[in-house]
Amino acid sequence: MSEAIKNRYEFVILFDVENGNPNGDPDAGNMPRIDPESGLGLVTDVCLKRKIRNYVEMVKEDEAGYKIYIKEDVPLNRSDREACESLGIRETEDKKVTDALKKLKKDDPDVDVKLRDYMCRNFYDIRTFGAVMTTFVKASLNCGQVRGPVQIGFARSIDPIVSQEVTITRVAITTEKDAENKSTEMGRKSIVPYGLYRAEGFISANLARKVTGFSEEDLQLLWDAIINMFENDHSAARGKMAVRELIVFKHSKELGDCPAYKLFDAVEVRRNEGVEYPRKYQDYTVQIHNDQIPDSVEIKRMI
Amino acid sequence: MGMGVRVRVWGDYALFSRPEMKVERCSYDVMTPSAARGILEAIYWHPGMRWIIDKIYVKKPIQFTSVRRNEVKSKILASNVLQVYNGADKSLCISSKSDIVQRASLLLCDVEYVIEAHFEMTENANASDNAGKFKDIIMRRLRRGECFHMPYFGCREFPAHFCLCEEEQIQTAYEDVDEKDLGFMLYDIDYSDKENIQPMFFRAVMKNGVLDLRDCEVVR
Repeated sequence: MSEAIKNRYEFVILFDVENGNPNGDPDAGNMPRIDPESGLGLVTDVCLKRKIRNYVEMVKEDEAGYKIYIKEDVPLNRSDREACESLGIRETEDKKVTDALKKLKKDDPDVDVKLRDYMCRNFYDIRTFGAVMTTFVKASLNCGQVRGPVQIGFARSIDPIVSQEVTITRVAITTEKDAENKSTEMGRKSIVPYGLYRAEGFISANLARKVTGFSEEDLQLLWDAIINMFENDHSAARGKMAVRELIVFKHSKELGDCPAYKLFDAVEVRRNEGVEYPRKYQDYTVQIHNDQIPDSVEIKRMI
Repeated sequence: MGMGVRVRVWGDYALFSRPEMKVERCSYDVMTPSAARGILEAIYWHPGMRWIIDKIYVKKPIQFTSVRRNEVKSKILASNVLQVYNGADKSLCISSKSDIVQRASLLLCDVEYVIEAHFEMTENANASDNAGKFKDIIMRRLRRGECFHMPYFGCREFPAHFCLCEEEQIQTAYEDVDEKDLGFMLYDIDYSDKENIQPMFFRAVMKNGVLDLRDCEVVR
């Protein structure tokens, strides 16, 4: 495994949606999420993280060291148990795993840390985003809590979005009984005609070094995952989504060179003059004000 | 108060969960002292020191919004877990319908505070450590925007921007509200006895937009 990253990073992701629903709101009948006061669209952090996990899972296909903890069809506790087995803890004949664990805990006070490190080594998403591996059950295994270096905030659209209800019909009827009475059924889709969203993220080199061991290779994979996160996530609901811009700020030091807000403020996304209803990416101009950024911070436009 | 520091923190959202409403998280009206301590510790902390929060200034009006998300159930049935441990091929998977729940969170939006705090030295300090040294490091980090990790308002998805507060007179959003009783709030969690970790509460009264935590009565 290569070494943990040594620099603090901040990043800005700009992605857009065309005739799709980037993130449905379960509170509002799966309409696109909207900040009710400003009318700006929202995409939650967890939504983006899910897409990053999916990309890594797809590309790496469970390669050693790049497993994904939170995915389909693998029980969480089974993964915990895998950690146990790698340390030579096996379910003995007396079936009392808990006893064995207790014994082990007594023998080795660092067992929690060992298990945590094992999980971080093997699971990309734990190394990146962290995980709570406590199952808060009496005598069950406690791998501890891990804070990952990568932190992402909610994404917000640049301009207020309009969500549009599109009514659609289908000719295949689900139940026989319904089929007797009607030949089509109505359904609904909510779409955003166009929206440009901006998400901001942070990467702490300290948490990478001291806790999870998030490495330069992992970082590269993260950038790839962010750039391609929508490329393999096409579906009827999403419409056309694409990452348009990934701007990375690399600090020269582990602790950083300047406040994050200054870097974010330096990235200006403006609707072009004369455009009243933005409908395409070209209706916006992205400008990075280099003069507001200290020279020691390296700016990279990854796309 | 030479060891004192004032930090201005702000962000789009915040969620200081009320312990009594944990499933569908609901934020307190203002930042809790323990959240403020967490923010300061994200900027600088050392075993040889302990942060103590003196005052919290509320600079923006209290406003709420709600967000509902698909989340993972935090607790798994003990019986199921035991069965899986003992080799039963049961599924406790995270994407199945039974393990994902939709939870609403009541968030604060558009928040800004000034945290006034000081630190005390603890017995874990190294021989070469002294308060002046810590203070210098803290001031340097605040001025340069350096941090151990990005501080956040209650949850990691709500980043807290920070800078040194240089105003002498701090304007709050509730200048003309003499007293606003916020009820009992979490003060902090007492980890001193590892076997018996206890929450501590206090009666929060905001006076002219300021939560004064100096010699407040802490209830366990």
